[in-house]
Amino acid sequence: MEFGLLLSAVLFVLGLIGVMVRRNLIMILMSLEVMLNATGLAFIVAGSRWGQADGQIMFLLILTLAAAEVGVGLGLVLQIFHRFHTLDADSVNEMQG
Amino acid sequence: MLELLGWVPLFPFLGFLILVLASERFSEPLAAWIGIGSVGVSALFVSLIGFEFLNGTMQPFKLVLGSWIEMDDISVPFGFYLDALTMTMLFVVTGVGFLIHVYSAGFMASDPSYARFFAYMNLFVSAMLVLVLADNLALLYLGWEGVGLGSYLLIGFWYKDPNNGYAARKAFVMTRIGDTALALGLFLLFTQLHTFDIQSLMLGAENQWPPGTLLPMVSAALLLGGAVGKSAQLPLQTWLPDAMAGPTPVSALIHAATMVTAGVYLIARTHSLFMLAPTVQFVVAVIGALTLLIAGCSALVQTDIKRVLAYSTISQIGYMFLALGAGAWSAAIFHLLTHAFFKALLFLAAGAVIFCFHQEHNIIKMGGLRKAMPLTFWSFMIGGAALSALPFTSGFYSKHEILMAVFEVSPVLWAAGCLGALITGIYSFRLVFVVFFGVQSEVVEKSPGWCMSAPLFLLGILALSGGMLQVPLGTVFPVLTSPDRDFTFNLVSAITVAAPLLGLLIAVLFYLTGAFSAQRLANYSWAKPLRLFFLGGWGMDALYDKLFVHPFKTITRLNKNDAVDGLYLAIAWLSQKLHLLVSASQTGRVRWYASSLVLGTVAIIAIGLLS
Repeated sequence: MEFGLLLSAVLFVLGLIGVMVRRNLIMILMSLEVMLNATGLAFIVAGSRWGQADGQIMFLLILTLAAAEVGVGLGLVLQIFHRFHTLDADSVNEMQG
Repeated sequence: MLELLGWVPLFPFLGFLILVLASERFSEPLAAWIGIGSVGVSALFVSLIGFEFLNGTMQPFKLVLGSWIEMDDISVPFGFYLDALTMTMLFVVTGVGFLIHVYSAGFMASDPSYARFFAYMNLFVSAMLVLVLADNLALLYLGWEGVGLGSYLLIGFWYKDPNNGYAARKAFVMTRIGDTALALGLFLLFTQLHTFDIQSLMLGAENQWPPGTLLPMVSAALLLGGAVGKSAQLPLQTWLPDAMAGPTPVSALIHAATMVTAGVYLIARTHSLFMLAPTVQFVVAVIGALTLLIAGCSALVQTDIKRVLAYSTISQIGYMFLALGAGAWSAAIFHLLTHAFFKALLFLAAGAVIFCFHQEHNIIKMGGLRKAMPLTFWSFMIGGAALSALPFTSGFYSKHEILMAVFEVSPVLWAAGCLGALITGIYSFRLVFVVFFGVQSEVVEKSPGWCMSAPLFLLGILALSGGMLQVPLGTVFPVLTSPDRDFTFNLVSAITVAAPLLGLLIAVLFYLTGAFSAQRLANYSWAKPLRLFFLGGWGMDALYDKLFVHPFKTITRLNKNDAVDGLYLAIAWLSQKLHLLVSASQTGRVRWYASSLVLGTVAIIAIGLLS
């Protein structure tokens, strides 16, 4: 059980670092997916520890969320590439104060 | 009949309301009828009341019309108080006021703002009546301020000339200094004695305060401050000569007969308080003596006919203050009465001269008007004689009474008064001789109508015979002990009578026979600066300019960017900078946002875990 939670924590931190340091929008999206799955893993591990179905239900929810997120996210990436001809997240910074 | 008292100030006020609301829609005769009629009805009521009062026991009569301010421990009613002093003032205000209103109908004819003039005059008369009738100091203060407002409106009546507006503002501000002192005195009296009612105040002061202690001194001094401002005495006298910017009937009504005597009335009304403060009372006498000399000297050299009379007014009120300071209360009020007659007469006669002489004010350009305007000439003669207190005119009786009483108190002040009387004789007859004798300079084209002549005639009779009036003021004031008439006293009396006669003689020698020439005198090297000094009212205006106006202007210039504003500007500046700081964090970079989100979350979790 501790190993499962540790794995999910490591995965989450890896995903988080990916979101913060990668500049490619696709890679940021993929890192986000890693973070989501790490969370899902934590739920599954917890569910199996307590012998309850709630963890699996939450994972289903996260899966749906991830699917929706990827849909919107990829759509945005397509639009950004269409307009700026680049996938560099830092160069898309026109909305500054 | 005495219950009619409430109507006396109400009629002029109604007249004011009607004329103001109708503004300029009324025709001239209608406006004049309303304006004069309201004061006339008041005067009629006053004579009815006076008839009953003077034939009765002359006991003080109180009439409470309603409540004005009713609070926790403050109760100020609309209460009127009638005694012999009030009665005298009522006669002066309504009687002389009525005659001047009638005169104005002729003088102001064809002025575009005819109705407005009568509206202001009515407002003024109404406020003055409230002032003299009030039984408590708060109501008196209402009248006091109303009078100040009326004076401001009337001095600046011809408002199209900025100089008139300036004169009006000057009068308002200068009297305001005195009014502030009066208000402070009022508050002090109220906090100490817990009432505004004048009679209870005086009674309370006599019972609770030992004579010569601090409280009566301070409160008397503050009341004196108010009186000095309103009555144009040293050091607040500079507004009155400039107040001559108003129409001449205004000068007659406000700046000679009624308003400027309000200070005298106030001190006479609160005389018990002043008797508790002998030092302040002596200061009153000294102020009076100094003022009458300063103003008399200034009157000697003025060339504007109205300014001569203005300075003579200041000087005559100086005599009243002198009498008040000497404790000759009834003599002061008696002089107030006679002064109202002869000064109104002089001003109205001067108005007639100005009216018939193309609005000319400079007496040097006049001359030889004796034949052309006989009635005005005789009015001026009578007025001048009464002003300089020649024997058997009204001014003689009152001024003689004053000077005799002053001699009992201080021979030095008496000498000042006699010197003042001498100067008065010189300048009064200088005016008469320069304007009415000598070579006729110009042909008079207009002559005054009956509504200007009749008041002159009546006031002339009053100015001659006013000294015969017996003012029953013994019921109000403590009676002076009659002095023993020894030889020195007779000598003093003789000098007092002789002083104005000597003045007349000097005026005759200088301005009538030409035995001496004022022109030659003025050409001496020492005389020129002295003449300018007197002409400018002893440099008081310049002094105040240096002392107050210039420093004030300098400070305002230094503080052009208001120091208080600085605080608010700093707040605005700070919030702008903070805004820039926060908006700098809005980089538009997604990764930056994500990182700050993580940082924030970590921080919050850390706080949650550690605490």
